[in-house]
This record gives sequence, C-alpha cells and structure tokens, in this order.
Amino acid sequence: MLRIINGKVYDPANGVDGEVKDVCIDDHGRIVESIEGGRTIDAGGMIVFPGGVDVHTHVAGGAINFARAMTPEDHRRTQAFIRTKTRRSGLGGMAPTTFATGYLYAGMGWTTVNEAAVPVLSARHTHEELSDIPIVDKSTLTLIANNEILLDQLEAGAFERAKDVLAWYIWAAKSYGVKAVNPGGVAAWKWGSDAKQLTSPIEGYARLTPGVIITQLARICEQLGLPHPLHLHCNNLGAPGNISTTLDTLKHLEGSRAHIAHSQYHAYGGSGWDSIRSETTQLADYFNTHANITTDAGAVLFGDTVTITADGPWQHLLYKLTGRKWGNLDVENETGCGIVPYTYRPSNLVNAVQWASGLELLLLIRSPWQVFLSTDHPNGGCFWRYPEIIKLLMRADFRQECLKRLPDKIKKHITLPEIDREYSLYEIATAMSAGPARALGLTQKGSLGIGCDADIVIYEEDDDVQRMFGHPRYVIKQGEIVIEDGDIRETPEGREFLFKPSYSPDTEEFIRPLFEDCYTMSFENYPVELSRIERADVIEGVTP
Amino acid sequence: MTRETSADSRVILRLKRSPTVPLEAEVITPDVLGSLSNSEIRSLTVYHGKRRLPLGDFFDVEGEHSCDLELHGNMEKVRWVGRAMSQGSVTVHGSIGMHLGAYMSGGRIEVHGNASDWVGAEMKNGFIHIRGDAGGQVGAAYRGSLAGMRNGIIIIDGSAGLEVGMRMRRGTIILGGPARDFAGLQMKGGTIVLLAGAEIRTGAWMNRGTIISLKPLTLMPTFAFAAEFTPAVIPLIARHVAKFGVQLPSAASEGHYRMFSGDLAVPGKGEIFVWQPVA
Repeated sequence: MLRIINGKVYDPANGVDGEVKDVCIDDHGRIVESIEGGRTIDAGGMIVFPGGVDVHTHVAGGAINFARAMTPEDHRRTQAFIRTKTRRSGLGGMAPTTFATGYLYAGMGWTTVNEAAVPVLSARHTHEELSDIPIVDKSTLTLIANNEILLDQLEAGAFERAKDVLAWYIWAAKSYGVKAVNPGGVAAWKWGSDAKQLTSPIEGYARLTPGVIITQLARICEQLGLPHPLHLHCNNLGAPGNISTTLDTLKHLEGSRAHIAHSQYHAYGGSGWDSIRSETTQLADYFNTHANITTDAGAVLFGDTVTITADGPWQHLLYKLTGRKWGNLDVENETGCGIVPYTYRPSNLVNAVQWASGLELLLLIRSPWQVFLSTDHPNGGCFWRYPEIIKLLMRADFRQECLKRLPDKIKKHITLPEIDREYSLYEIATAMSAGPARALGLTQKGSLGIGCDADIVIYEEDDDVQRMFGHPRYVIKQGEIVIEDGDIRETPEGREFLFKPSYSPDTEEFIRPLFEDCYTMSFENYPVELSRIERADVIEGVTP
Repeated sequence: MTRETSADSRVILRLKRSPTVPLEAEVITPDVLGSLSNSEIRSLTVYHGKRRLPLGDFFDVEGEHSCDLELHGNMEKVRWVGRAMSQGSVTVHGSIGMHLGAYMSGGRIEVHGNASDWVGAEMKNGFIHIRGDAGGQVGAAYRGSLAGMRNGIIIIDGSAGLEVGMRMRRGTIILGGPARDFAGLQMKGGTIVLLAGAEIRTGAWMNRGTIISLKPLTLMPTFAFAAEFTPAVIPLIARHVAKFGVQLPSAASEGHYRMFSGDLAVPGKGEIFVWQPVA
C-alpha cells in the first residue's frame, strides 16, 4: 500500500490539471479511493503523472536484434549497465539490449510499451525477448499488409475468409493488434519493385491495390473488435512529395478508425531531395478535422541512430543514398525488413526538414489526444531522448535557439519558426501517456482513475524540463516503487497484453495447406503457444 | 607538450611475471602515468582476464612523474599499451600485445621487437615505429566503425598481417616487409607504402586513397590499368617518407609506376601504383 500526498497531479484521462490531491494505491497495485496505513510519499513541490505509454517503438524481435548485431561501434561507446545483485548487465545506445531497454524506459517514467512490428514468423523470438524486458508492460502488433496468404484472399475478394485468416494470425502471433507497413510495397519488393500508387495493382497481383488493402484491413480490424485500430505505416515513406500519398491513404480510411504511425516521415512536399519541404500544415489540418484518426509523431533528433523497418524497398534506397551498412531480411511470405545505421545532421537540408516536421506535427495538431510523443524508436532517435523532445515542445525560445543552428536556406522549407505554441504539463501528460493509452484501448493505463493500474511517475518540479523528465524522483509500477532518486530499486516482470479475436473454427485447416506449400518450417511450430507468454493478460474478442 | 626534458627522467616498467591470460593494461600510457608517483603507478588497476590486480603485481616500476615510458620484457599478452595517448613517448624493448597505440592522438611509440594485431587502430595522430613484425589490422577501423586511422604515421620494418589500413581515412602506413591479404581493405584515404609487396586482394573495396608498392602485386580484376607514369605526388611522398629513412624511387632514369584505379566494384576512386624499374 502506498499513498502519495501533496503532489500536483496531472491526470488528463480524468480532467485533473495540476490539482494538489492524494493518490492511494492498494496491495494489488491498483489506484483506490483511500487506504489504511502503508507508506506515504510526500510529493510536496513535485508533479505526479500517469506512467508514460509508448504507442510505437521497436524494442524486441528479429529486426532490432539484427540492428544490435550490426552496430558494434555503438556498443563500444555507449552506456553500460553493470550487473548487480538485482540488475542484469546490458548496453544502452542506439539499439539497447533487452534488460537495458526496461531499465531505460522505466528510468524516465515510461511503464507501457507497444512493439509495433512483429512478423508472425518471428513472434516466438519477439516474445522471448519481451519477457527479458523488465518493469514495463508490453504489447505487440502483427505485420500483415504484405502477407501473401492474406493478400491472396483480398485479391479474390473473399472478405470473410480474409477476416478469419487475419484473426487467426493475430492469435497465432499472440499479439494485440495489426500493423500494416507499406501495404503491398514489401510484397512488390520481392519482385524488385515498390508500391507508390494506391490505385495501381501490386506487382505479382492482377487486381489488388494498396488502397484496397488499406480499406479492407481497417474494416476487418473494426469488425474483429480490436482494442487498437489499424496501425498504418503508409506507402511512400520518406520520399519528397509523399504528402499526396498520405492524404490519399487517409481518404481510403474515411469513416474508419486508424492510427497513422510516425507521420513525420509521410508529410513532405517538393519533387526531389533539393526541394523537399514540410507539408505538415496540410496533414495537421486533416487530423484537426478527423477525430477518428490518431498518430504518433515519429520525431527526429539530430545524432546517430539506426533505422529499422519492415519497409525493405525504402531501406535499400536509404542504403544507396548513404553508402552506410545495409541489412536486408526476407521474412518468407509475410514481410521484409531492412536495417541501415544513420546520422541525422542539422547541416543536411533533408534531415533539418525532418527534424522540423516532427515538431510541427506535434504543435500543429491541436489535440494531444490525437498526436503522441514518439521517435519511432530507433528510427528518428532513441527513446531515451524523449525528454529532449518534451523540452522542444514546452519551450518556444529553446526551439528558436535550435533553429538558429540550421542552415538559412531551410527556413523556406519549414513552418516551425512561425509556431509559438508551447505545450503545458497537462498536454505533455496527454501526449505521452493518456492519449496513447486511449488509442491502444488500454483502459487501465495512462490514467490515475479509481481501479486503474498504479503506474505513476513523480518528478521534482524543475525549470529545466529536459532534466526534470529525464530524471524522475520516483517511478511506481503496479504500486511498487521501481525507481527512487535515480536508482533502480526493484525490477518486477511486466505483463503482456494479448487480444484473442474470434474466427471460424475451420480457419486453421484452411491455412495449413497454403502454409505447407511454401514455408520452410512445419506448420505445428508456427503459432506461438499461450504458455510461452509469461504473464499474459488476454482480452477476448466478442463473436461478431 | 608537457613532457619532462631531463634525459634520465623516465618511468621504466619491467615485466616480472608473465600473464597467463591477456593482461588489459590501458593505464600504461603517458597521459595516465605522467603525473603519478612511483607508488601510485604500482597501484594502478590492470585486468588479468576478469581479475582486477595492481600493476605492481606484474611490473617492477622505476621512476615517477614522467611522460616518457620504457617497457622491458616479453609482453605479447599485454594489451592496450598507449591507448588514447596524446603526448610523451613509449619505448618497448621486447614484444608487445594487441591494440598498441589504439585511439592515440599524439606522442611517439617505438617497439624494438614484434607487435601484435590492431597497432594504431583508429589512431587520430602520432607516430608508431615497430622495428620487428606486426600482426593484422594495422591502423584499421574496429569492427563496425566507419573509419580507421584518421592521421599519423605507422612504420613497420618487418611484415604485417591481414587488413592493413582497413577503412583508414588519412595518414601513412609504411611496411618494410610483405603484407598479407586485404591490405587497404575499404580504404577511404591516406597512403600505404608497401616496400616488399603484399599477398592477394590488395585495395579491395577501396573508395579513395593511395597504395604504392615497390614489388609486383596480384591485383583483382576490378582494378583497371590507367597509365604508366610517375605522377607529381610520388616525389612529394618520397620526400615525406625520406624523413623516416625510407627510400621511394621516383627518378625517370630508374623506372616508372604503373597506375591502377579501383576498386571498380564499389565503384571507388582509389589508386594503386606499382613500381616498374627499368630493365
């Protein structure tokens, strides 16, 4: 039992904006009205937030593991976690190791993370890694928009069958929702091509277009009753002028709920690398008039990182542009994957536009319930740099100072210099916790309401907001104090949220011959057993 | 430079016990030892495998407060000597282990004996002279890094192993003896002088930079023969290396160079000059 008194509480889910009030936690790690006895934390002069929720990150699985293997140069220079009696060893840096990932997230007050890209084929590996990420609660999204068995159903117009197949995949991967990456583009990549036009048939298919995949997947996700809607990485990522593709994608989603991942990478105008400019105003206008769509920023921070995505064709282009290392994975019939280490430089026009665009989206989209803090870790920057973004959002004068370091010619390509909005603490709490929790459909997260999980972060009030958000005084996970004064006190195991949709009982026998026809493993070894998931928290879907 | 001027002001380390496993001794650099007293030097930590032990367990230490170090003994298991040094000198009488002078940015290292792999790896500047043979990866980039040595000079009187100058960006490496495979692998700049040639795949993946060989080389098919001449840069390089007692022929009466460009598989703008003496 724990009582937090005298703290200024920011709890957007319940409309609490800086009110001094007590928060009580029972023995089950839930927030309750009142308790008898127990420890009391005097949070006088401190700020109480619900624990952070990362709606889109890459922390476990084949791709990030490949990135770790590809960047030994970063391991030599980065933060090392030395083993202690209660803590395992590990490395921070661009692609932190499993245990270090948990320590770093919890260390800055984040308590729930959503691993946003898991092929069914590497789901088992991903869950094994997730169980080695301590403290935080986790969920995963299954990569689906280039799965050939599913695409064949959509090509044939067999919507009900496609719905069953997708539902089966979600449960086979023991995941929480659906992620679509460059719909059709990665399938086309296997023919050496890409899919940049939503209305043109995809290489290898007669009729199927990216637009159809997007519309149908969004419908399926709604009909299956997924707590989190379709999580979409649009076609044509990173390319100058891709704003038209993104707006076209949004039109294909008209009427459905959806989450657009890392929208910064999808908001460019111009016709080439020299003329690239930010078109975030157009994109923000769309979000401001369509409350059914949420997004995360995918903000970029200057410095070294490693880019990892299922978007194979884009990564090949990035490799050709940079001449850096390139890793490419073919995930059988499901998806692809590319890895390229990258350095974002303020002197580079494209990078500067990307940096500005991420911040612009966070500032121009009016409701923090619609746009969330993310760097698409590790693509735009590492998650442990979130406090830097918070400072950029809360301090307009600091933004202006940073803008001075950019080349003059960039001013014509961005709108950031004209924006003077500053986030309040209430808005930060929404964009880092309450908003993403609501978008994920995790009702017990991102809220300090009665009955919610007692995931709480307490900061010592500080004018230097980067320092404040980087070094919480206390982090409480499920009622347990895990961080105190910068030290890791406890490393409890987090839970994993799964969604079990209902599907027709003959689906497995339908998929089996298709699978056995073309995969290199046996079908029996394909689905992940529920017993493999440590601390599973299953949400059952209702039969439609 | 903050080094002492008096000739007998030196710190002398004599190996008294051979390490049974590699001894990680990155503390043996002028930057660390220069300001310490004799007893402070003896109590510095070295890693014998995973065990932390005082330097005095392995070395007798003579002298103190000096940036000029002298090492004696058979030290092929002693690693990281001169790591990241920026000043002073290290003179080794005997053989020395891996990573000698890695990351160094200034000062001199001289070895009267053999050295192991990774001599001057990722060094920024400074001077290293090995009188005997060296191992592989001289002046190279560590695994995963974009660039190897960024400047400075490495002279090996004897032979060297694989991947000499791998991904080096600037600076000069001079080999008196032959190099093994992949000399100048993925080179990005700088100069490698091979007085006794090299084995196969010299300059593979090179982007830029210059390799000069006084002996015929077996080149890969991705190096194209460009010209037969002695470019103006050769006498300049010859003058530069003459300071270290290395003779590079450039007179037309003695012969000329055959120039190859590549590696066309990258495609790179590197150049390999092979000396062709007059018959």
